[in-house]
Amino acid sequence: MTVQSSATSMRPVSSGGASLKAGFADPVFDAQAVFRASLLATAYPGRVVPFDRALAPPRPFSSATAALCLTLMDFETLAWLDRQAASDEAVAWLRYHCGLPVTDDPMKARFAVVTDALSMPRLVEFHPGDVEYPDRSMTLIIQVSSFTDGPTTTWTGPGIKTTAHVSIGGLPFWFWSDWELNRELYPRGIDVIFTNGNALVGLPRTIAVET
Amino acid sequence: MSAGTTTIHSDTGYNFAYLDEQTKRMIRRSLLKALSIPGYQVPFGGREMPLAYGWGTGGIQVTASVIGPDDRLKVIDQGADDTTNAVSIRRFFQTVTDVTVTESTEDATIIQTRHRIPEIPLKEGQVLVYQVPQPEPLQKIEPRETETRKMHAYAEYGAMRVTLYEDVAHFGRIAKTYDYPAVINGRHLMSPSPIPKFDNPKMEMNPAIQLFGAGREKRIYAVPPYTSVRSLDFDDHPFEVQTWKGCCALCGSTVSYLDEVITDDKGSRMFVCSDTDFCNTRQAKAAAQPKTAGEQS
Repeated sequence: MTVQSSATSMRPVSSGGASLKAGFADPVFDAQAVFRASLLATAYPGRVVPFDRALAPPRPFSSATAALCLTLMDFETLAWLDRQAASDEAVAWLRYHCGLPVTDDPMKARFAVVTDALSMPRLVEFHPGDVEYPDRSMTLIIQVSSFTDGPTTTWTGPGIKTTAHVSIGGLPFWFWSDWELNRELYPRGIDVIFTNGNALVGLPRTIAVET
Repeated sequence: MSAGTTTIHSDTGYNFAYLDEQTKRMIRRSLLKALSIPGYQVPFGGREMPLAYGWGTGGIQVTASVIGPDDRLKVIDQGADDTTNAVSIRRFFQTVTDVTVTESTEDATIIQTRHRIPEIPLKEGQVLVYQVPQPEPLQKIEPRETETRKMHAYAEYGAMRVTLYEDVAHFGRIAKTYDYPAVINGRHLMSPSPIPKFDNPKMEMNPAIQLFGAGREKRIYAVPPYTSVRSLDFDDHPFEVQTWKGCCALCGSTVSYLDEVITDDKGSRMFVCSDTDFCNTRQAKAAAQPKTAGEQS
């Protein structure tokens, strides 16, 4: 297994605001390690999957959010950023390192990055895929304040042996009722990866959540 | 892992794991969507590989997108580590990744397989990569993809049940013995690749991650861990796996999938385990133990 737990490794922001921060120290192996973490997070929903690749993220991204962007996004993936995530620094960083095209329309995007979860759009505003192509749907990356402090929810579904108890903090009050509506679209639907610090929690569309 | 180990692979003419990074990202995105919709075939931009179609190009691309320098790779072909397809794919990854290879199912982190699931139960975190020649279970019933796509979209699987029932009408039983269709997560009909139906029950609630790659047909699909995999059957003709009268001639196993081997031209034959690692491990254990009379496995 390439994913190991490690202490927090967010490096302090040292450079001035104008300069562009670096991407992965090693683009090939760092992307592989972060992908492996996201594969585990999607395969075993509800588990906190840490990884040991640190990078200096652009504000307001956490290390995990930035790493996930570098790993999954490129010129082929139209992306939507929430108001906070669309900071000049983050947009310039994504454009440079991922060649990322950015859109204002969440319905058109393949990926979305949310750093201010409390003011994010409702889940129905993102593309759930087509009936014949349910894979052409939104992958939502939500940067949350905590994986432990939130209200405890009970997750069941593929990838979870019995049940998983997950406490994601900093989500809007309507999130889990919207998630129930998202599940009704199956096999269409959006998929979520929560990020915090240097760790991920996956929430694919198959997962039923009880609050 | 320090940053200074970028070029550990022995052939520096290629990127690590042969594929370029953009291709890996595209396949990785497909893999995540495949896990999110268990059993649904995600189209992907399959690349030309330095092997002919039919030799596992889909599985190789999936493995190449998942594998890292710390992995231990096992490659099997019909259960065996030492057959042509397994040897050439293992050598390919040794050349382009320099990862550790193993024949032990328990030690491996990634197992690429053609047409078998190892006998030893898999563990959490292990990745099983299947090579798939024809990902569409409905293809023999409806060759047009425009139609099969609709059949999957609306879970319209009656035609497949009729096909199985025709077997019952003709032969008194379901005659399909490999590539036996299964419904994943109660929704999508999936081809498990040409594994014997003996292996179908192993896919259900398996702790490992099961990924399927079809290179010629350019499809990726997946069965996440702990997922329901129901082989199609009828109440009065329940799903059954193959059984054998004897045991493995080499290790004495009565629980594994056995291959029939013809030993001369006078009709002599023997049955041996198709999973060579399983068989060798059992033989080594038996040899290490002091002999007891009438030992049964």
